[in-house]
Amino acid sequence: MTSKTAMRILMAIVALIFLFSWIIKSGSGVSDSTFTNVRDGFLITFAVFLTLSIFSFLYHDNPFYKFAESLYVGISAGYWMCYGFWSTVVGNFVPRASRSLSEFFHVPYQERADHILIYIPIIFGLILLTRLLPRIGWLSRWSLAFIIGTTAGLNLTRYLRSDFISQVSNSFIPLFVDWKGAGDFINHISLAADGQFIAILSNWVIFVGVMCGLVYFFFSKEHKGTFGVASRIGIWILMITFGASFGYTVMGRISLLVGRITFLFGDWLNIL
Amino acid sequence: MKRQIPLVLVFIFGVLLAIQYFIPSEPSQKGYEFVLDWITIIGIFAMVLGIWSQIHVGYYKIRHRAEDWKYSVVTMVSMFGMIFLGLSPFGGLQGTTFRLIYTNIFIPIQATIFALLAFYIASASYRAFRARSAVSTVLLVAALLLMLRVIPMGPLADPINKIGSWMLLVPNLAAKRAILIGVGLGGVATALKIVLGIERSYLGKD
Repeated sequence: MTSKTAMRILMAIVALIFLFSWIIKSGSGVSDSTFTNVRDGFLITFAVFLTLSIFSFLYHDNPFYKFAESLYVGISAGYWMCYGFWSTVVGNFVPRASRSLSEFFHVPYQERADHILIYIPIIFGLILLTRLLPRIGWLSRWSLAFIIGTTAGLNLTRYLRSDFISQVSNSFIPLFVDWKGAGDFINHISLAADGQFIAILSNWVIFVGVMCGLVYFFFSKEHKGTFGVASRIGIWILMITFGASFGYTVMGRISLLVGRITFLFGDWLNIL
Repeated sequence: MKRQIPLVLVFIFGVLLAIQYFIPSEPSQKGYEFVLDWITIIGIFAMVLGIWSQIHVGYYKIRHRAEDWKYSVVTMVSMFGMIFLGLSPFGGLQGTTFRLIYTNIFIPIQATIFALLAFYIASASYRAFRARSAVSTVLLVAALLLMLRVIPMGPLADPINKIGSWMLLVPNLAAKRAILIGVGLGGVATALKIVLGIERSYLGKD
């Protein structure tokens, strides 16, 4: 049997299962309207077909997966285009640009003295579209320059403020919390979460961890001797973060998988 | 014209937006809000460029009967269908058909694609968690502690939860701070290079 014949047989089987599922799901619909039951039956069956088509990639690339993938790309592009149009153009631009347009789209017109300024991004946007015309495509750099310049300007202060200054200042913390001498510390030592020992240990780990983590990222000096020791401690601290991030990612993906399995066995097969 | 004007524009807007932060006044705040709106609106035109590029590639594939051209038909039909339904002033984003397609096609495919990664991440976990060295053991222990925190573990639940929470709030925070400080410095350096015209890769070649 050639692979083409095998594929045709497989497609026929899939079509039969699809049809069978559609009929069963339409019959078990809870709505009074037959049309709604048939429509919902089709949609659930189609969603199942797409779910299984994507999962089929685990075996290898195949026409079902390619179909679902292409459908997703098209629907996704269309969806985000429409979303951008309604939320940005209609939600942001139209109310400030024109009363008649606002009435057409049923959005409240905002009477503002500075409404002329809203045409500037439209001009930049149209200039951006000149990229489609090879002879004057270089003009699109002006719009790009506007976006890049403003983003760079914004990031300049944002990075300095939130990523640099606040992180540095939060890392310079007391290393001896509520310190009343070594004797008092030893007498009251305990592993209680709100105790002095854990507070001191935590602050030491944070301070030393930040310093050693920074040392690890400092590549202008060879990581040898004391510098090498600090760098190795930095790796250990970084590994804890990477482990935590990895754990979170695993949990997130598994919960999504559980969601799809619940859909297949619950919403479709009704055995959960 | 081709290179000088974009460089001047980047410098002017970069400096203006950086200075804006240091002038906390109403006009400055208004200017800041305007610029944010402008970026979003220009972004819509960028999306049009992306859609055009998709149409261009799809049309080329279909016209020349390139490999897998049939899937380009699926992409084009679904994209135009969605745009037609979504841009209709009578239905728009809240239209019944548009919502049904979003809920029953877009969401299931998206969720399944991300769920598919669970299988690949399981295989990646196996490779990453093979405790061959002290450092990979730290990675393994950190990930395990984090995952065990959300599982009912009977009498072990409390200590695991306490150790896991401490790990997240202390060493994890320290490493994140070190990374953020590095990112902050890198971000500032890159932004400065762009504003001052040292970094010009966005201009292309000619």
